[in-house]
Amino acid sequence: MRVLVVEDDEILRDGLEVGLTLAGLTIDAVMTCEDADAALEQSVYDALILDLMLPDGSGFDILKALRKRGNNIPVLLLTARDSVSDRIIGLDTGADDYLGKPFDLDEVAARIRALVRRAAGRSTAILEWNGITLDPAYLVVEKSGQKVRLSRREFSILHALMERPGTVLSKSQIEEKLYGWQEDIESNVIEVHIHHLRTKLGFTFIETIRGVGYRLGDRT
Amino acid sequence: MKVRLFLILVLTTGVVWLSAISWIFLSTRAEVERVLDARLLEAANMVSSLLVGQDVDASRVANLVTKRTQQHLSTYERQLSCQIWSLSGTLVGQSESAPNGELSANRTGFSETRIDGEMWRVYAVTNPALGVRVLVGDSLRVREGLVNDVVEGLLLPALLIIPVLALLIWLSVENGLAPIKNVVTALGIRSASDLTPLSSKGAASETALLIDALNGLFMRVADARDRERSFTAFAAHELRTPLAGLKTQAQVALASADPQNKERALGRIIQGVDRTSRLIRQLLDLASLESEGSIVRKSGVNPGKTLATLRDELLAHHNRSACISVSGALFDIELVMDATLFTLAARNLLENALLHASPAGIVTCDLVVESNIVSVAINDSGAGIPEDELLRVTGRFFRGRNKTAAGSGLGLSIVELALSRTDAELALCNRVEGGLSARIVLSRQAMIGPV
Repeated sequence: MRVLVVEDDEILRDGLEVGLTLAGLTIDAVMTCEDADAALEQSVYDALILDLMLPDGSGFDILKALRKRGNNIPVLLLTARDSVSDRIIGLDTGADDYLGKPFDLDEVAARIRALVRRAAGRSTAILEWNGITLDPAYLVVEKSGQKVRLSRREFSILHALMERPGTVLSKSQIEEKLYGWQEDIESNVIEVHIHHLRTKLGFTFIETIRGVGYRLGDRT
Repeated sequence: MKVRLFLILVLTTGVVWLSAISWIFLSTRAEVERVLDARLLEAANMVSSLLVGQDVDASRVANLVTKRTQQHLSTYERQLSCQIWSLSGTLVGQSESAPNGELSANRTGFSETRIDGEMWRVYAVTNPALGVRVLVGDSLRVREGLVNDVVEGLLLPALLIIPVLALLIWLSVENGLAPIKNVVTALGIRSASDLTPLSSKGAASETALLIDALNGLFMRVADARDRERSFTAFAAHELRTPLAGLKTQAQVALASADPQNKERALGRIIQGVDRTSRLIRQLLDLASLESEGSIVRKSGVNPGKTLATLRDELLAHHNRSACISVSGALFDIELVMDATLFTLAARNLLENALLHASPAGIVTCDLVVESNIVSVAINDSGAGIPEDELLRVTGRFFRGRNKTAAGSGLGLSIVELALSRTDAELALCNRVEGGLSARIVLSRQAMIGPV
């Protein structure tokens, strides 16, 4: 799950980047409206964490522009202005959720997961496909009731595939969800992760669509 | 207000009315007396001229004259009396209405006499040819009656007019005050937060002035409220954001199994605490500068010594390897200004320079003396301030594009406020060689030395 964080405070931005990465998210972080607009144009994100008071403008401007373009990305506002009227303005401008500073890092992660889940049209937090269950909150995967140990990358690929069973994800789409800007991607790293996942979950669990990408195997 | 205005108008109208009545009373009395005196004189002369022939019956003449002059004044009949006395003191004849006693002892001219308890105004004329004295008089009571009748004639309609006048005044006041009543109603129904301008459409010019003044006040209050709101919002942002940063980094330190990540998060926490404590100090400085009670005491300040002390404190606190050099010229002079305010301004400027200079950068403090001004320049080797932000950087909580993690956006506001209180100014300019030059500028007279 790739998330863009727009926060101008260096310490907080760094904390969110590291903390949310630990929670299984892939984070890109920027500090200005200008950088945020550029990032949103270049990459596809599953969610946006947005501060309101930015050095070159307001987070509301980014939000309004996004919604005007018809972009329905889930947006969580993080702001020091958390009076009822501020929350109303924020939600009415197009935000999906609102958190006042200071907040709990785990709550931010949980709200982001919930926003993404609702955007995908699901109401349950735990994903299930052909006997495999994935709990995004606790980063736990089980096969027939038994825990399966996965690396963070493997978990992220599986999460991406299980979020939309039947949808084919290209290699570059998976890479986008897995890696932030600053991370180097080795050429065959996705294939290696898919191979490991098949070994741990069963060889038919993930299907390769040649020349296109990967999807979950048909439901049995 | 309406009742008060009404009472004032009714009272003043009443006073004017009473004054007019008094004036009419006095002038009427004077006029009536003048006319009646003329009548007496005329009547006396007439009697005297009618007595030319000795054979004329004096009593008949006296009656004829009094009747002729009284025929238009039936109410006052028998009040004009005539007596004809011989010069030897014998009553020759008198009118029927005349009293028994002599009307006047005067030989000629006007006089007033009391006869049988009644006052008479008498005119006497002597006819030496016939050896008689003619006395014509009328009762003062009649004169008073005449004046009173005239005044009564005026007072009666006045008494009838006063209630009508009062009603008209009441209606005029009601109508005249209607625009004010409209303003009062409009103000009465609006909520405390509603500071939209009142409409002056259709208002009288005086009310329009009141409405304009009120709207001006509303605008100033709205501006002050907006500034307050924006300050509160910024203060909330600047206080809560570092707290959120601290909490997040603490959670990262707790959740991270990697010792390197833990250590990094703890380092960030220390950085965050430093920044927050600086922000709190700055907010307190700002509050203290803004408090009305603080007194400005001007004395000789040695800028070199102050800057050197601040340098040692800051370098120890920030643990930086940056170099701060204080020019020797600054030790040789004194500036006449408030020492506390100078220290406050210099501390914030030095701190800014240190935060913006590269970790091993150089900060220089120089004395610049020009024709009329003297400046203490604090120059850093940082990125400077973008030209379009130079005018905005002294705004509270303004943090431009080249901001630092430890900045709060308050430092330059504090410097500007502190200097303005001790007759100095802050001047900011980007240096040609890179970095910012922040100057404390004073008039040349404020410098003592070099000593």
